[in-house]
Amino acid sequence: MRSYLARRLLLLVPVLVGVSVVVFLVLHLSPGDPAEIMLGSQATQEDLARLRRELGLTEPLYVQYLHWVTHVARGDLGRSLWMKRPVLDEVLNRYKATLVLTASGLLLSTLGGIVLGVTSAVRPHSLLDRASAVTSLFGASMPVFWLGIVLMVIFSLWLGWLPASGMWAPYGGGDLRDLLAHLILPAVTLAAASLTIIARLTRSTMLDILSQDYIRTARAKGLVEGRVVFRHGLKNALIPIVTVVGVQAGYLLGGAVLTETVFAWPGVGLLMVQGILARDFPLVQGCVLVIALTFVLINLAVDLLYAYLDPRIQYE
Amino acid sequence: MNRGAGRNQLALLALFVLAGVVLAACLAPHLPLADPDAVDTSNRLRPPFTPGHLLGTDEFGRDLLSRLVWGARVSLLAGAATAAAAMLVGVVLGVLSGYYSGWPETVIMRLTDILMAFPYILLAIAIVAGLGPGLRNAMIAIAIVGFPIYTRLVRGIVLSVRGGEFVEAARALGSTDRLILVRHIVPQLLSPVIVAFSLDVGAKILATAGLSFLGLGTQPPTADWGSMLATGRQFVILSPHVVLLPGLAIFVIVLALNLVGDALRDFLDPRTYQ
Repeated sequence: MRSYLARRLLLLVPVLVGVSVVVFLVLHLSPGDPAEIMLGSQATQEDLARLRRELGLTEPLYVQYLHWVTHVARGDLGRSLWMKRPVLDEVLNRYKATLVLTASGLLLSTLGGIVLGVTSAVRPHSLLDRASAVTSLFGASMPVFWLGIVLMVIFSLWLGWLPASGMWAPYGGGDLRDLLAHLILPAVTLAAASLTIIARLTRSTMLDILSQDYIRTARAKGLVEGRVVFRHGLKNALIPIVTVVGVQAGYLLGGAVLTETVFAWPGVGLLMVQGILARDFPLVQGCVLVIALTFVLINLAVDLLYAYLDPRIQYE
Repeated sequence: MNRGAGRNQLALLALFVLAGVVLAACLAPHLPLADPDAVDTSNRLRPPFTPGHLLGTDEFGRDLLSRLVWGARVSLLAGAATAAAAMLVGVVLGVLSGYYSGWPETVIMRLTDILMAFPYILLAIAIVAGLGPGLRNAMIAIAIVGFPIYTRLVRGIVLSVRGGEFVEAARALGSTDRLILVRHIVPQLLSPVIVAFSLDVGAKILATAGLSFLGLGTQPPTADWGSMLATGRQFVILSPHVVLLPGLAIFVIVLALNLVGDALRDFLDPRTYQ
């Protein structure tokens, strides 16, 4: 396991370099002068020259990249033009909110998906199985931002059960109850599509496994059905499920940008969209980098989990 | 058997819906619709079934039915064009990296690895941030983040067929690489790529609508379903229909595309049919 871990960590290096190059280049895509784009057409020549110097835009591109990446490696993501504060502080401030939202979405979609998938597989073609098939078709076709607005209209505006936006109540909140009340709608919105995908995959994998010979043997020797399904069935179905959960984690991190915008959830995604509209390139760069790094680490965790679930993987 | 027939009927219904929407979108200039950009402040936020405005009006008094139909042109075209661009680039790179080992393979596969190391929509947002907001740039961004899926799919198929006996036979008969690619390998790609494309158009419509919703895609006054949803959001308490209708339009069209795509997969690849 240790050599596998070392190999897997070594593989991270080219990915991290690639991610940093893409993040750097992406904001140099614009055909014009980034300083002009950031400051707008009203900017004076002095302002433009100062910003160009500040961003190092007078240097060749590879020098700019090396300069930027060495600063990033030291934890210096530059200063936000809009907030006039270090980008790293601003991003880390909001990071917790994004993690809370994404982790809740992932937990909800994984647990919900597995429960729904196993129940559908145990009773194929039942009413629940059909309902879950229809829901999954709907889930894959529904825009996440629209679902968020619909849930907000129903549960916040019409029924008044849950708060419509933000992470905490403006007055008197701040405890776990307050957080949970604010979290329910965004987490459900974010989790919906992934939940249906995980449910369908769990169902098909479980159906496949439950028709295997060793399951028949387990039943024949008199094991209770719950033990057959969970110990012998689900445990072996976990590898494809973990794969899709890893992919969904990336989807959730991206979807969090839209969900945070709908519910004014104070996370990195919302900050990034505000940064784009304010043309604050260093801030946008910081946000993209932090979310991408999170995704890279999630993928690493998923790979390590594979090796744990299926020891054969380490030797490949 | 019954379930199969039921699914076919559903796919047929989806095909009719899709054909209807595409037809309406194509014929929009010739349909008896109000001007989608005509502002009428005395008729703001009218509910559906108001005389003269079947689906009501938006915050500027513009006819919602007309904006939805004109918006369909933008949304459908953006979805189909981005999926087509992603497919084209993805297939070419997939064929090259699958057929030629060595540096083309290494460069192409590392590029797709790096692009896939980002959450899909996040990278699209970042690219639009660099290029500047607007529908064209949003479409370029979505095509860029979309092509690696095709590259991986196609490379896998090319790798599995390039060592096949029919390819070796063609080579033994003196066929050039280009002839082998065009005559023997590309035909093998057709059905999986068509299926992937048909399922991808819906995903691309969702992605374009998402960028427009964030204010990074279509810019006012042009109507597309995502931007209609975004601007209508502020009036959701007073008039939920300005938000519910464009969202419903996206939902129905993507659902129809997914159903048709599923049916196409069952038809072209009977092995996946369960």
